[in-house]
Amino acid sequence: MQMPAPDATIIARKPRIVARLRQVLPPDAVIDDPAETRAYECDALTAYRCPPLAAVLPGNTQEVADVLRVCHEEGVPVVPRGSGTSLAGGALPTADSVILGVARMNAVLETDYDNRFIRVQTGRTNLSVTGAVEENDFFYAPDPSSQLACAIAGNIAMNSGGAHCLKYGVTTNNLMGVTMVLLDGTVVELGGAHLDAGGLDLLGVVCGSEGQLGVVTEATLRILRKPEGARPVLIGYDSNEVAGACVSDIIKAGVLPVAIEFMDAPCIRATEDFAQAGYPDCEALLIVEVEGSEAEIAEQLTKIKDIARRHNPVELREATSDDEAARIWLGRKAAFGAMGSINDYMCLDGTIPVSELPYVLKRIGEMSQEFGLAVANVFHAGDGNMHPLILFNANEPGQLETCEAFGAEILKLCVEVGGCLTGEHGVGIEKRDLMTDQYDPADLEIQMAVKDVFDPGWLLNPAKVFPLEVSQSRRARQIAAE
Amino acid sequence: MKPETEAALAEMISAADGPLFIRGGGSRDVAVAGAVLETGGLRGITLYDPGSLTLVVKAGTPLDEIEAALEAEGQRLAFEPMDHRGLLGTSGAPSIGGVVAGNISGPRRIQAGACRDFLLGVRFVDGMGQIIKNGGRVMKNVTGYDLVKLMAGSWGTLGVLTEVSLKVLPKPEAAACLLIHGLQDAEAVAAMSKALGSPFDVTGAAHTPSGVDGHPVTMIRIEGFEGSVSYRAKKLREMFADRDVRVETEPARVSAGWRWVRDVEPMHGSTGDVWRVSMKPSDTPDLVQALRSEGFVKSVLYDWGGGLVWIETEPGKDIRTTGLKGHATLVRASDAARARIARFQPELAPVAALSDGIRCKFDPRGILNPGVMTQ
Repeated sequence: MQMPAPDATIIARKPRIVARLRQVLPPDAVIDDPAETRAYECDALTAYRCPPLAAVLPGNTQEVADVLRVCHEEGVPVVPRGSGTSLAGGALPTADSVILGVARMNAVLETDYDNRFIRVQTGRTNLSVTGAVEENDFFYAPDPSSQLACAIAGNIAMNSGGAHCLKYGVTTNNLMGVTMVLLDGTVVELGGAHLDAGGLDLLGVVCGSEGQLGVVTEATLRILRKPEGARPVLIGYDSNEVAGACVSDIIKAGVLPVAIEFMDAPCIRATEDFAQAGYPDCEALLIVEVEGSEAEIAEQLTKIKDIARRHNPVELREATSDDEAARIWLGRKAAFGAMGSINDYMCLDGTIPVSELPYVLKRIGEMSQEFGLAVANVFHAGDGNMHPLILFNANEPGQLETCEAFGAEILKLCVEVGGCLTGEHGVGIEKRDLMTDQYDPADLEIQMAVKDVFDPGWLLNPAKVFPLEVSQSRRARQIAAE
Repeated sequence: MKPETEAALAEMISAADGPLFIRGGGSRDVAVAGAVLETGGLRGITLYDPGSLTLVVKAGTPLDEIEAALEAEGQRLAFEPMDHRGLLGTSGAPSIGGVVAGNISGPRRIQAGACRDFLLGVRFVDGMGQIIKNGGRVMKNVTGYDLVKLMAGSWGTLGVLTEVSLKVLPKPEAAACLLIHGLQDAEAVAAMSKALGSPFDVTGAAHTPSGVDGHPVTMIRIEGFEGSVSYRAKKLREMFADRDVRVETEPARVSAGWRWVRDVEPMHGSTGDVWRVSMKPSDTPDLVQALRSEGFVKSVLYDWGGGLVWIETEPGKDIRTTGLKGHATLVRASDAARARIARFQPELAPVAALSDGIRCKFDPRGILNPGVMTQ
């Protein structure tokens, strides 16, 4: 994965740029000591690192606007950063860029239960949004697995999903409004406590734009009343195909579970060794969770169990207590940790039509043989959002490259069967060079034209999302303008 | 012009030398001066995969045809698109492209989401005649910018849709509607907030100050499996034990009641201007009260728990008073009012600059439905 060569003239101007940033921010909000900027050298895609020129930690919208105005005037690229949990390298800096971290902006600005929204500063973590409203039995629905750490700013940038989006949707479906600062320091309000746009749906295009259009400082989020209860059922099958067919049948039957999770044999075995959740030793395992009152849960689970039985499960286990429910989820929640304990891994998140699950799993198995690297699959089956984990050894020369090549082939396969490169992690740098496999030149050109409108100088997170050769002339414009 | 293929459409746009009026079914009364470009030739279901809850369909396909195909598999478009014909006195068969171009959603928007939330992918031809795709046919997709949302509700000003992919949902087994009688507007919005803030998964919350018998009625809808619906109806009824409440469970009556709300039937056939206002629910009764005291208001219908209010006014009155937090669209107007009052809420300068900038990129010659959203 390449990054553009840093602009030496910017690096040479570092003292002046830092001094100007210090003029608009509190003293402790500008970090330029190389020992300290290293804390911002990477996000959760740790294979790629580069300390930034400086990092700034503004405390409010005005300070963000001041920082961006300085960077605009100085022609310095800005890389916005939430909590740095991106798996796609969305917050990876270049040596000539300023990291703009929103971590200090974590206040709750307004909670309104009657109108069912909360307004927060975007440095607030996903889980602590729910934390702010749960004493009144409300919650914020999108639940990416990094929710303890990840910031709402990053959730908006990547349009994050989670295990429960089969029922509740992803970030874009739960985001009502933002306060956003453009690179030239202009503050805009999009949406708000009302529903839908009065003009063009700019909020819709900002959500998922990977920090390339503006820095979102405040967000109005939809909150929902918690259901009365929830309960999972665990279903084991002796083939991936049968499990895939069961998922399809559940969906067709009109039951809308909040989550349908899928684990394949390598994943089941690894998590069982790691977490001892008591999973059956089988080829494919589904965890299906439904919500409602006791009677409603029973009604839905009866239908699901009937469907499951028609496919001859090797195991069918319904939780009869909170403890048993927790045990059913235990292995699923430990899956990534289990994989990490035995190997380095790369986690992909291509999405496919649900009906293509059996074929894609079979092909991934075959490719695993070809590349000589093991793969475990654990993913959100209800919406076709795969998470193949490719296992490799980072200390062995060449394995990272083989792993990346294998990953690229899996993602191309996802596109080939009618799916996409990324369902919830974002493109970042990780999938940047595969964009031409999904999109034709005109498709990418018009997306870049949107960035031209919001950020004409291409200073915001410029080396992400679009293949470098495709965005070359636009990024060069910025350098030429100096 | 009525192209039969995407390629032919692209050629027509590329060769156009003046404004084009993009026309789907023609039921939503959005017209501009220009050569008529009809999308009805782009017709048919490309792919319907009930097990994946996805439908891919050519943009000119009549909505009726789509709904019949979904019905056969026990599924539906959950965002409940409104039929504008009764309100606007138009005819023609609404097309799916028109529904998407207007982001047309009904009462279930409050719980399930708007049309834009169910739109998974688009193909369209931009103002230069280029064929462009965005999104796809899967439910989670963050690959590149989300132009899908941008196209929904762009009223043909960014491009002419040729094909759309939609998420569909199973039709529920049962539905019920609580009818709460005699509430004043503010009480009704509070009651609807209470219901929507309950764990009972309300899929519709509407209020009319003068129902079919002339008295106020507040409607709360729940849908799902039989047992679950009767349980939740009972629980909701208990929440409003001090009110005059009746529960309607007869399927035809429940669906007729919500069609009445969806299509704004109380304002059919009348002569006033009709405004569609989206605001924070608790603010709408005050707005209505203020307009009533000025003597503007002929009738009112609240939907989305009060977050959407349809207001019929005396012709030619502009209700966009300063401080209206949200947006108001002038959906039906006399020609005189139309010439004077913008259809869409004017945007603040920085936002308008972004919208204009995007229109210039997608349609540099300004030939696609020019001015529809800005005049």
